[in-house]
Amino acid sequence: MTTLQHDLVIIGGGLAGLRAAIEAARTAEKAGKSLDIAIVSKVYPVRSHSVSAEGGAAAVLRDYDTFDLHAMDTIRGADFLADQDAVEILVNSAPSEIIQMEHWGCPWNRDEDGHVSVRAFGGMSVKRTVFASDKTGFHMLHTLFQTSLKYTTITRYDEWFVTSIIADDKEVHGIVGLDISTGSFHAIKAKAVMLAAGGGGRVFAFTTNGSICTGDGMALAYRAGAPLKDMEFVQFHPTGLPNTGILITEAARGEGGYLINAKGERFLEKYIPNKMEMGPRDIISRAIITELEQGLGYGESKDGFVHLDLRHLGEKHLKSRLPFILELTRTYMGIDPVIEPIPVRPVLHYMMGGVHTDNDGRTPLKGLYSAGENACVTINGANRLGSNSLTECLVFGARAGSAAAGYIFETAGSDKDLSTFAERDETKIRTRFLTERNRGEKVSVIRKELQATMEEGAGVFRTAKGLNGSIEKLAELRERAQRLQIKDSTRTYNLELVGALELDFMLDVADTIVQSAHNRQESRGAHVRRDFPERDDEKWLIHQQANMTPKGLKIKKSPVTITKWQPEERKY
Amino acid sequence: MLERRIKVNVERQNFELQEGIYTQSYEVPVMDGMMVLDALNYIRDEIDSTLAFRWSCRMGICGSCGMTVDEQPRLTCQDNLNEYSDEISVAPLNNFPVIRDLVVDIDDFMQKKLPSVSPWLIRKEEAPLDEGEYLQSPAEMAKYADNSACINCMLCYSACPVYDMEPNFVGPAAMALAQRYNLDSRDQGSGARYSVLSGPDALWDCTFVGECSVACPKGVNPAEAIQRAKVEAAQRWAKSIIMPWSQK
Repeated sequence: MTTLQHDLVIIGGGLAGLRAAIEAARTAEKAGKSLDIAIVSKVYPVRSHSVSAEGGAAAVLRDYDTFDLHAMDTIRGADFLADQDAVEILVNSAPSEIIQMEHWGCPWNRDEDGHVSVRAFGGMSVKRTVFASDKTGFHMLHTLFQTSLKYTTITRYDEWFVTSIIADDKEVHGIVGLDISTGSFHAIKAKAVMLAAGGGGRVFAFTTNGSICTGDGMALAYRAGAPLKDMEFVQFHPTGLPNTGILITEAARGEGGYLINAKGERFLEKYIPNKMEMGPRDIISRAIITELEQGLGYGESKDGFVHLDLRHLGEKHLKSRLPFILELTRTYMGIDPVIEPIPVRPVLHYMMGGVHTDNDGRTPLKGLYSAGENACVTINGANRLGSNSLTECLVFGARAGSAAAGYIFETAGSDKDLSTFAERDETKIRTRFLTERNRGEKVSVIRKELQATMEEGAGVFRTAKGLNGSIEKLAELRERAQRLQIKDSTRTYNLELVGALELDFMLDVADTIVQSAHNRQESRGAHVRRDFPERDDEKWLIHQQANMTPKGLKIKKSPVTITKWQPEERKY
Repeated sequence: MLERRIKVNVERQNFELQEGIYTQSYEVPVMDGMMVLDALNYIRDEIDSTLAFRWSCRMGICGSCGMTVDEQPRLTCQDNLNEYSDEISVAPLNNFPVIRDLVVDIDDFMQKKLPSVSPWLIRKEEAPLDEGEYLQSPAEMAKYADNSACINCMLCYSACPVYDMEPNFVGPAAMALAQRYNLDSRDQGSGARYSVLSGPDALWDCTFVGECSVACPKGVNPAEAIQRAKVEAAQRWAKSIIMPWSQK
């Protein structure tokens, strides 16, 4: 089988991957060197889940704002677990990245004077979130995708599913990908590989994430020997639609919306009176769950909801600032927010954890890079502030792209022969999943039990008992997943096989979440243990890095970088 | 309350199996608010794991799940089953080669048609970033806002009678996106785009049937965008005859 070859292979074509690809191409152009870049994605890049981001991207663009204020908000939001040198890079680089996007055509909303508009967001002490209507991710993604088309040095492999990263204990050599449309496996040789494949929200049952968010990029790194950091920290967005989990943007509160319980009270008064609806996501999600547990919501506590009331904002304002929210609530709930409140409940939204990288996207494995939700730099710490993640994709996507290009210019590239690797993966996968003797349970059965146990044990409130239950359940599911029933043995667009491979990745990612959560005996940011309700800086002002070893998952601890903001009580 | 059950007739094909194109029927229990896509996911999870179709965001923004439902091109994640009878047909989008079942090959758009219209902001010179943004008023933005809402779902190509007859036709979404940049006050590259749009298989092949605009699930109006581009292209052509030195 022929081995394909590129200098840089980027896995994932969402915001971080596209930004990295463009920056790598520009870095080469500026240096007068050639750089052959590939984007490998299991979907067409415009289908990437970045497309669903609604509210906006944070950056200091106004005279009343400062880098220190943005940094402090981010660090406090992170419950002091963010690496402060990384946060400083984020806030310092954010404005130029937002302007760069504007120069590439991104339709940021404008004030009457022609300047880019900003709106309020949770945990941000001033208005600093730029936005493109309430389809910010969509507009950013299409702007970057369309801009990427002018770079002839970027080749795309659309609808290729990456099955493994080829690496030895020294460095990365390439990847193996499954061309979904033909069912054929190919090795792609590369001097550097970048993981920008997003998060894995689908390991939970109730999530804003699209079906493609199965943590592939995290599992690929983990299996190749790179650690996954801060995996216990997953974010529950306060406002998802019941049943579907569809995201109702935080911008709805930023524009002035209220959260109301069944008694008609703005209940956040009891929890975060100084910030109310503009509090950070972890605190507001906990407040909603507490209200539901106390019988102050609508419906049963388990799938109950509170109201997000936008009626007082008026139809004109809603149409101009939140048109997508009007469309979503009308289409999926049959509700008109102009005259009715929207039922909402907390929903799994984002993974603060990911592949451990330095501030240039380098993982500990030479030649392997990562950026975006896939990575953990970390700027998000124990709780991400809304509108920092789109900015993170730009800032750290660009840095990783540029660093990878620089690395490639200095690297001769290995002479390793990759010709057997495609066959190795194909044989392994076909033997495991597609031979007659492996007839067990359906992928959908195991997947649903996995999602249920994550809701059960790793939700907004956690206990040792609950987490232990999930750890045991996941071990059982892993065992059962060794024998899957794959009815479809054809090669062409075999999504049942792709689903089995995704499930395999999800099991790894879920395991790192519950084990890291079980280990962390304190409450910090989005990780709240009922059995350890206090933050414990003495023991736990540290990151946890989950490593895959022959003896199973091993956690290594690493320090948090503090520059000028000493940890203090997180007060609002 | 009686549970509603519907019959979903799915057009299937997998060339490896040499069974040709056939219809397979599934019975699906329907709850209020279910979309066509939900029915397909029920089938794949509970009845037949071999059924192939694309989906992801299930909120009408990623553009993956376009299919033909009861003969009409639809975005299935926002296509409510309440609006259909108790028997529906689901088939792949028209006018594209079928890869398998409900999955069509759209490389023609993603790799050729879209790049052919230079869908990116063109400036004679890029201003340095530290000079800040190019100013644009809300009114200037409104001129291209609708055209920027295209999610590349391909429903308009599926509905387009010209694309059906002439596969080289640049097509509605790509031309609407070309106009998205042509109408952007920051752009200085309409000359290059008009030379493509005025050439073969583009603007002048559109017969203004308007099916594209009817099919669009996001309120883009490619038919109007194409008509306006025709007017502009004609004026540019006339101007080039009268004032040949004026071309940019």
